[in-house]
Amino acid sequence: MTQLNSKIPQGPLAEKWTSYKTHQKLVNPANKRKLDIIVVGTGLAGAAAAASFGEMGFNVKVLCISDSPRRAHSIAAQGGINAAKNYPNDGDSVYRLFYDTIKGGDYRAREANVYRLAEVANSIIDQCVAQGVPFAREYSGYLDNRSFGGAQVSRTFYARGQTGQQLLLGAYSALSKEIGRGHVELFHRREMLDVVIIDGRARGVIARNLVTGELERYAAHAVVLATGGYGNVYFLSTNAMNSNGSAAWRAHRKGAMFANPAFVQIHPTCIPVHGDYQSKLTLMSESLRNDGRIWVPKKKEDAEKIRKGQLKPTQLGEEDRDYYLERRYPAFGNLVPRDVASRAAKERCDAGFGVGTTGLAVYLDFADAIKRLGKHVIEARYGNLFQMYEKIVDDNPYEMPMMIYPAVHYTMGGLWVDYELQTTIPGLFAAGEANFSDHGANRLGASALMQGLADGYFVLPYTIQNYLGDQISVARFKTTAPEFDEAEKNIRGQIDRLMGINGKRSVDSFHRQLGHIMWDMVGMGRNAEGLKKAVTAIQELRKEFWKDVKVTGKKDNVNNELEKALRLMDFLELGELMARDALHREESCGGHFREEHQTQDGEAKRNDDDFKYVGVWEYKGENQEPTMHVEPLNYEFIEVKTRNYKE
Amino acid sequence: MKFTLKIWRQENAKAQGRFETYQLDNISADCSFLEMLDILNEKLVNDNISLPVDTITFDHDCREGICGMCSLYINGRPHGPEQGTTVCQLHMRRFNDGDTITIEPWRAKAFPVIKDLMVDRNAFDKIIQAGGFVSVSTGGVPDANAIPVRKEDADLAMDAAACIGCGACVAACKNASAMLFVSAKVSQFALLPQGKIEAKERVQAMVAKMDELGFGNCTNTYACEAECPKNISVENIARMNREFFFSKLTLAKRESNGGGVG
Ligand SMILES: Cc1cc2nc3c(=O)[nH]c(=O)nc-3n(C[C@H](O)[C@H](O)[C@H](O)COP(=O)(O)OP(=O)(O)OC[C@H]3O[C@@H](n4cnc5c(N)ncnc54)[C@H](O)[C@@H]3O)c2cc1C
Ligand code: FES
Repeated sequence: MTQLNSKIPQGPLAEKWTSYKTHQKLVNPANKRKLDIIVVGTGLAGAAAAASFGEMGFNVKVLCISDSPRRAHSIAAQGGINAAKNYPNDGDSVYRLFYDTIKGGDYRAREANVYRLAEVANSIIDQCVAQGVPFAREYSGYLDNRSFGGAQVSRTFYARGQTGQQLLLGAYSALSKEIGRGHVELFHRREMLDVVIIDGRARGVIARNLVTGELERYAAHAVVLATGGYGNVYFLSTNAMNSNGSAAWRAHRKGAMFANPAFVQIHPTCIPVHGDYQSKLTLMSESLRNDGRIWVPKKKEDAEKIRKGQLKPTQLGEEDRDYYLERRYPAFGNLVPRDVASRAAKERCDAGFGVGTTGLAVYLDFADAIKRLGKHVIEARYGNLFQMYEKIVDDNPYEMPMMIYPAVHYTMGGLWVDYELQTTIPGLFAAGEANFSDHGANRLGASALMQGLADGYFVLPYTIQNYLGDQISVARFKTTAPEFDEAEKNIRGQIDRLMGINGKRSVDSFHRQLGHIMWDMVGMGRNAEGLKKAVTAIQELRKEFWKDVKVTGKKDNVNNELEKALRLMDFLELGELMARDALHREESCGGHFREEHQTQDGEAKRNDDDFKYVGVWEYKGENQEPTMHVEPLNYEFIEVKTRNYKE
Repeated sequence: MKFTLKIWRQENAKAQGRFETYQLDNISADCSFLEMLDILNEKLVNDNISLPVDTITFDHDCREGICGMCSLYINGRPHGPEQGTTVCQLHMRRFNDGDTITIEPWRAKAFPVIKDLMVDRNAFDKIIQAGGFVSVSTGGVPDANAIPVRKEDADLAMDAAACIGCGACVAACKNASAMLFVSAKVSQFALLPQGKIEAKERVQAMVAKMDELGFGNCTNTYACEAECPKNISVENIARMNREFFFSKLTLAKRESNGGGVG
């Protein structure tokens, strides 16, 4: 059995990373040229890592799913990125950022990793500014900050409502520089479909050329997966359409363990679902909660009238509105963490106070802020978000409160990695949202961008050297090795099988059905009965899929239907594992809310005695029950407390 | 709502393309344009249960107007009829019930068709690789607040940096010029102290690459600005032209002094 060794360095928390770097193995410049690294995915984590490896002198191959690295899902992040610069002089520090992140994650993340994240965060901002990222500035010429949920300081750097875009374009430009210099080779429109393992180590990948349909082989001394999260298992989510869980899942099938798959973040402020043709959900950035107030009608009759279109929200007086977050959580108000805000919205809607035609929506109101600051200030802060809202909903949010509802947004779970970001397969690393490492059971706003860039710019460039340090005598691999033959044959078999079924149902119809199962039973509120049902329902759906799916088009051409089918076959397995993980975790923590485990006033009840660990799953074969291992979480430096956002 | 769709179908880069006509009924006005195409694709799969069919290929990813992947030429306009909107953010309520809608790929020599409505925009990546960056490596940079930047300049840089690289400017231009795209990147960096240092070499390298890749010349018709989904301003083109001529002069001087560009 694989031993889980998290490799946390000895010593005091604040010195662990420095001590690691002091003692790690290095590769000298002449040897770096002899070593190849594959990076899969060009989001913040992948682009930053690949650019940095190239600068250091390694030979890098990058696989990009789109026509350009600049399209990666990270581009869509809106609100901002955290760092503990303490520029506003409001009492921030590395320790406080670390503490907020651990607490925000409901004490289910590894202390040493989170501390390192907080420690390198400041360098990220320095790096991005040096690359020419146009962060928002004050009239003084210095950088501006805003606040995000779960924090009482202003530590979020932003570039209008397009922070992800600007950070990704920064990393993309660094990557382009290295491509131009010949240190990095870019393969675009390629989707990785398998990891190739030789003598127990990751030595390459198989990818499908999405234009020609060819299966291609890539060999290297180490492989980095920076392939993002698996939120699209729910069909509807805020993730980009190409985001998928296959890279991680296929690595899992090859022996990389999967940690905390049930930890999914449901974001409180998204545009509500409006039709069954809908293909994705749109986020309204958390930054809006800086100035927007969330409410529903106080009386059920009013809510009903609003749903029927007989009453407008602007006609309701202050006394008839329930600002339920401010009421329940006076200390943090509208800026409570996401899991708390989402559950509170669901609670109000389930109790009959929801608005919108479906009753599954609450208001996010800017009237007070507009009165206080003027429309132009609100426009300068959130103009593009307001415009996006108006385009989708056809309603003017400057005049009518926005309608919002929670939606699947981010996956805290992912490939298990040790302190070096190495998975349980030696030589296979996972970075960014693809790994499980830093956010525990709930991620705080503006910390995914921070983690992606931390992993890519400042962690992997060190830790991968420690791995490659003893690989310098290993000659370049040939892609003719039998392990490559075997992996390619396997993928070819899957493709032929999918295209040969010729059933009656479209790929999307299956995906939508899986999405319903996941949202209803493995969503915001979970219970044992529902989760057991979900496991069986997914197993049945999987059988149905393999009998009745219809994949049109050709395998040797561009074929979106085949791409979707390959991803869905993995989601149909991953979804089951998520349900199993949620079922085993008999507690409520962060985004994982088990209805059986709540306090009288509906707050999450954590169980530290039995579940203060990472649940790490091992794949045991198709249709076999997976095995769970445990990585205990030892908090040496902070006191584990009940999360409290009330006082 | 009901629509007649005339869609460009082309098997691959080398094949002959043609328009095919499709009918769609029962489309909600709140449906997005791409969701309308999803519905059509699903209908193609379901209606032809036993025939070999192929769904319509088009590029898309974020569906939020930010990744720049979507790229449809609708009724003779890149991204369709709505000003300042990518096609993924266009909704069917902008059309009339019963409309005939013509959908084509971007048409430009530098953007060859891959299949149906999907084109190859690698040329844009190559232009960025030629100089669209600040030559800074990871680590060893000063504190983010060490160099203040005038808010005005930072805002203008951000205006330019908002370009999503979709290529609508090229598709809109009768010369298939990439000036708006290139000038936006040149401007972003030229406006910031971090980018200024290499401004001269950058503009020369990026313009040379653009010319080499077969993009046309700019004849100042400003169709690019009118069709840009992010409202990138042609002022960037003016700024780039200034940067270009000024840099040519100073670089030539440096060269004749025996300095060389390196
Ligand atoms: C709408 C939205 C707004 C957000 N706003 C914020 C914010 O304000 N602040 C914040 O901190 N976080 C935010 N987030 C979260 C954050 O954007 C992501 O978690 C983060 O960008 C992930 O970066 P990444 O590099 O790990 O992965 P990604 O950016 O997801 O990149 C992975 C890439 O790999 C590709 N890929 C997947 N599988 C394969 C394969 N098999 N082969 C090849 N390529 C593959 C994917 O398509 C993707 O392009 C937001 C997320 C969304 C959806
Ligand atoms: S799909 Fe991303 S901009 Fe349209």
